[in-house]
Amino acid sequence: MPTLTDFLQFLFAGLTNGAIYALIALGFCVVHNTMGIVNFTQVDLVSLGGMFLYSALFLFGLPMPLALAGAVAAAALSGMAVERFGIRPSRSGNHLVLIFLTIGLSVILRGIMKLVWGKNRMAVPPLTADEPIRLFGATLLPQILWIFLLTTAAVILLIWIFRHTTLGLCMRGVASNPAAAAVVGIDAGRIRMVSFAIAGAMGGLAGALVTPITTLSYDVGVLLGLKGFAAAILGGFGSFGGAIAGGLLLGLLESLAAAGLSSAYKDVIAFGLLLLVLFIRPQGLFGAGKR
Amino acid sequence: MLKIDGISKHFGGLPALEEVSFNCREGMTTALIGPNGAGKSTLINCIAGSLFPDAGVIHFQNQRIDGLPPHQRPYLGISRTFQNLALFPRLTVLENVLTGLTPEAEQSFVKSLLRLPATRHRERLLRLKAMAMLDNFGLTDKARWPVSILSYGDRKRVEMARALVSGPRLLLLDEPVAGLNSAETARIGAEIRRLHGAGLTILLVEHDMDLVMSVSDHIVVLDGGRLIASGAPEEIRTNPRVIEAYLGRMSVTA
Repeated sequence: MPTLTDFLQFLFAGLTNGAIYALIALGFCVVHNTMGIVNFTQVDLVSLGGMFLYSALFLFGLPMPLALAGAVAAAALSGMAVERFGIRPSRSGNHLVLIFLTIGLSVILRGIMKLVWGKNRMAVPPLTADEPIRLFGATLLPQILWIFLLTTAAVILLIWIFRHTTLGLCMRGVASNPAAAAVVGIDAGRIRMVSFAIAGAMGGLAGALVTPITTLSYDVGVLLGLKGFAAAILGGFGSFGGAIAGGLLLGLLESLAAAGLSSAYKDVIAFGLLLLVLFIRPQGLFGAGKR
Repeated sequence: MLKIDGISKHFGGLPALEEVSFNCREGMTTALIGPNGAGKSTLINCIAGSLFPDAGVIHFQNQRIDGLPPHQRPYLGISRTFQNLALFPRLTVLENVLTGLTPEAEQSFVKSLLRLPATRHRERLLRLKAMAMLDNFGLTDKARWPVSILSYGDRKRVEMARALVSGPRLLLLDEPVAGLNSAETARIGAEIRRLHGAGLTILLVEHDMDLVMSVSDHIVVLDGGRLIASGAPEEIRTNPRVIEAYLGRMSVTA
């Protein structure tokens, strides 16, 4: 019988993973809102976040705060480059074509990462010293507190940008009605590039935060990214609140499944749940449904 | 001011416009009329940039605009409304009108994120301008409502407010009173007359002949994608070709 301490331990683990899934899900949603497509390069932007952090620390010898900021910025630039040089030249408005294009670009990005950083697993140090903190009998790594803190900050920043800036107004405009956006003078191409930059920053932050507690390799983002995709679908693919709730819910369920059954079934639970939602409620748990 | 010169547009071999030419003079209201399918909306779309003509040239204030991407045209002072509305349903009334000020807003995304005092000052001014425009259209009380819950008449007025808020030089109105009741029609009509009085250049596509006859200085008639007549309202009213193609058909059905 699990004790309260065990329960807390699983709760923290679930929320940690959930926060990471939520960040990735937000990246999926931002691009989906402005282009109407699922951007599968999102998973590689997560890996790139970890890779850039590794290089900033060990190749350029930057201190941790600068290295983290640099990794997020570099992932954002990578996202912009994907849109500008990978997607825009196709000049296609066909969603299916664009989605397959992102799948192809994702394979290319993984190939580039393999060439640049190699196939070996690498270790990235956590943001601050690895001294565990004890909370109600459960132990907590400082990195987990950083994950909560920085994820919350990123989410608040994202919502603030969307609600209170001219850029956010333009992004919501393109999401709501691209034809009307052009009529009032909004350059949708520019907005799409920015949405890829935001997706890159969100994915990159997730990758840079999570790789110290997992390990880093060129394909670390694939499984994480698919979980983020599942979280976005749970949340109804579009609303930010839905993406965050979907991420946390998925993380908690996984963790409770690991506690109740076995950690081997973690992924089964996540993807089983995804299928169940797609069968029963295709618009997502928090989605508004078709209008 | 606006010179349409030999514009043709085909849709899969079917001609929608065939070598249409006319001018809109500065400060005048030009009406574009014709039966359904005459090519009126196609022509407005070519001017606003939602469509690119297959042949012909469009000049606006001596600048060639027919190849310009649609999102650049508002910066020249061209704004428009749509027959079937093109609003942002999930945004509020105020936000919808604010998007009409995009050409005046901060263009650099980085600056817009940095919230420098100058940017914030500018955004406050734009907000005031948008609120004043809402007041003008009697929408102040609904400023924070999402557009999706508004009545059709209110939405039409939001779209007019959005098109006018940036102080355009050329206003393209695509059936501004279609689907409105007589009180709402009178209100929009009064607004068009006010804008005309203030010297705005307007190109109006409309089926409501009372409105067309009462506000236009010049009328251009299309039928089957071709220009069949143009002139002052009195001339158009008595032009036999127009009566046959358009007014005649209407009086038979009426």
